[in-house]
Amino acid sequence: MTTAIDVSGLVKTFGRTRALDGLELSVAQGEVHGFLGPNGAGKSTTIRVLLGLIRADAGRVSLLGGDPWRDSVALHRRLAYVPGDVTLWRGLTGGEVIDLLGRLRGNGADRARRAELLERFELDPTKKGQTYSKGNRQKVALVAAFCSDVELLILDEPTSGLDPLMEEVFRACVEEERDRGRTVLLSSHILSEVEALCDRVSIIRAGRTVETGTLAQLRHLTRTSVVAELAAPPTGLDALPGLHDVELHGTTLRCQVDTDHLDPLLRTLTTAGVRSLTSRPPTLEELFLRHYEPESPEVVS
Amino acid sequence: MSVAGLGPLLRFALRRDRIMLACWIYALLASVIGTAVSFRSLYPSASSREQLAASINDNGSLRALYGAVYDTGSVGALTAWRILGLGGLLLGLLCVLLVTRHTRAEEESGRLELLGAGAIGRGAPLAAGIGTALTASAVVGVVTAGFLAASGEQPGGSLAFGAALFGCGVCFSGVAAVAVQLTETARAANGIGGAVLGLAYLLRAAGDAAGSTGPGWLVWLSPLGWVERVRPYADNAWWLVALLLVAGVVQTGVGHWLAGRRDLGGGLLPQRPGPATGAGSLRSALGLAWRLQRGSLIGWTVGFAIGGALLGGISKGVDQLVSSSANVEQIVQRMGGSTQVTDAYLATAMNLLAMVAAVYAVQTALRLRGEETSGRAEPVLAAGVRRLAWAGGHLVFPLLGSAVLLLAGGLTAGLGAGVVFGDVPGWTGRLLVGGLVQLPAVWVFAAVTVALFGLVPQWTGAAWGVLGVLLFIAYLGPALNAGQWLLDLTPFTHVPKLPGAAFHAAPLLWLTLLSALLTGAGLAGLRRRDMG
Repeated sequence: MTTAIDVSGLVKTFGRTRALDGLELSVAQGEVHGFLGPNGAGKSTTIRVLLGLIRADAGRVSLLGGDPWRDSVALHRRLAYVPGDVTLWRGLTGGEVIDLLGRLRGNGADRARRAELLERFELDPTKKGQTYSKGNRQKVALVAAFCSDVELLILDEPTSGLDPLMEEVFRACVEEERDRGRTVLLSSHILSEVEALCDRVSIIRAGRTVETGTLAQLRHLTRTSVVAELAAPPTGLDALPGLHDVELHGTTLRCQVDTDHLDPLLRTLTTAGVRSLTSRPPTLEELFLRHYEPESPEVVS
Repeated sequence: MSVAGLGPLLRFALRRDRIMLACWIYALLASVIGTAVSFRSLYPSASSREQLAASINDNGSLRALYGAVYDTGSVGALTAWRILGLGGLLLGLLCVLLVTRHTRAEEESGRLELLGAGAIGRGAPLAAGIGTALTASAVVGVVTAGFLAASGEQPGGSLAFGAALFGCGVCFSGVAAVAVQLTETARAANGIGGAVLGLAYLLRAAGDAAGSTGPGWLVWLSPLGWVERVRPYADNAWWLVALLLVAGVVQTGVGHWLAGRRDLGGGLLPQRPGPATGAGSLRSALGLAWRLQRGSLIGWTVGFAIGGALLGGISKGVDQLVSSSANVEQIVQRMGGSTQVTDAYLATAMNLLAMVAAVYAVQTALRLRGEETSGRAEPVLAAGVRRLAWAGGHLVFPLLGSAVLLLAGGLTAGLGAGVVFGDVPGWTGRLLVGGLVQLPAVWVFAAVTVALFGLVPQWTGAAWGVLGVLLFIAYLGPALNAGQWLLDLTPFTHVPKLPGAAFHAAPLLWLTLLSALLTGAGLAGLRRRDMG
């Protein structure tokens, strides 16, 4: 597996603020990689380093095998970028912007693909920049990116301002890109989007990578929610390790359990007799909240 | 059409604008009252006023600027001659801005939709905008009339003075009432209002410059001409005040009628859809810069052509005016560098054009910073465009666009002077050169802007400060008898004063070299620094 993006020990300071503090990021070629973090975590700063717009203070950055600062122009011809907040030029139409960005890269847009994307995103290319709504400005940048023939797509919170129908279109487009073997770095704080699209995820906080891996690997570190209807009140719950948020009302048990301690819990429940059992893996939502909740000692109840 | 809800809307508008209104009204009153006070000490006697009138009225260029002095019997009349036209122009501008601000701008932003869903009649926003403008005009008119009467001027004339200002406000509020119905954006509506004001000013200036020998009737086509011809303290032509009011009321009525016949947010002039695909020229950083800046370059070029033609066309007779005042002659020669007054005057005119071109150069060079901070540079730079290519595309305008402006101004000034002196090829050639030699001085300002942008981007705006200080020295230094070391600070001092003076290439080379060094330093900084 070759890596499209390889970042290690990345540091960037602005005055006294340390925006990136030893960030690690590794994106394999051909994967859709989720780049998650709350506002101000350093997602956009990392992307700006990857695009060679700002220079790293320390650390190693490799993009498509090159140095994003030194080889920026050659690398930019092989990637497309959608900023989180798209501003367009007054007086230039959306269609003109799409064509301009493709031509600047030197590999113009595929006309058929362009027309198809305009239709799917329901975008009118004849309107002037200042008359587009936020969602429509975003669509201009998305169409420009998706109709370009590049190896890597860097998308910085690309769906902000899109309505749910358009988010669906966006997801379908990303899946098509993956099927065509392209690499996608998708920065987001919309968890369902990342959950639906991404092969692997990196979670960052305060300029550092706190978790990275496939969703399955990350879930391994977390808890499973269990709701059980029992024949009799269970005994010996207090002695079980890794059990959290236990609520017991008569014979109904709700609790969370660390995934590697699921087995002892199930044994205890079958001893009491199970009438019904629901268990589900944690959503990315829960996973995300755990990383960002203030660090306080957990009390096992 | 209903104007229900006008009361609360008007109170809200006045409250929202209270600071801005106070500043404008203060500035307007200060210029009127300041002129009245200073004229009282400068021209206390009838003979001093007659002397001034004689020198002004003989000269077409000064009549174009101020109109003719119509009465020397009182300081009030002299004040009205000097400031009524300018005050009317500024009050008209304020009224256009106010009406647009409370109607089309609100509509464009979508805030009016919020209000319109409440108990607000369809005609109320326009009425509130007009009401705000009329309130401002009334305050300016009443205070002016009151001050002049209280300071001992004849009450009837003072009242006519104030009423003329008020009438001007009413008339241009009406212009704006129509303009805001036509376009979909406030910017375009202000553009139409500004164009009408500019045209009114030009007609008035051309008519006054022509005087009795030429098409003086042009004055009567312009509301600003009507304001001027009210002639307070002499004629007190109340019928012209009435004409202004009627014009304002009729236009407001038309605006109101049009407003009832269009959709909220829509304009009567259709918003044309643009091209769905990029033209062939839109394929590089330069193509993009050209597309973004060509409109402004065309506008500035037309402005320079008109300005050049005016400056050139009035060059005959300048020597008579100047020689009547040894002091003025000295100033012009210090700026213009020639003992031939006509040559010195035209060299000064070229200098003035270059100072305006420096404003264009700074403004267009600052576009780089604007593109960077707005985030529009980012997608371009992330699409395989080198930073230097991106910057170079935009810098074509401050560096070469300013040459176009100077050539346009020089050309039309040469044609104008050639027509009045009867030697078109000779004067055109001389003034084309006179304009072009200024180019290295203009470049210095663009280069300072680029250096700031590349090396200390957060201070790029300081380019306006540098420009302001150096223009102030160049423009007023010679008149204020400033020391040579101070004058030497501005690039304009070093340019050969053509036509008239001898041509020296050395200062031009030095200025070009300085510009190249500053630009180079800025671009080197740009390559190395963080963007955004």
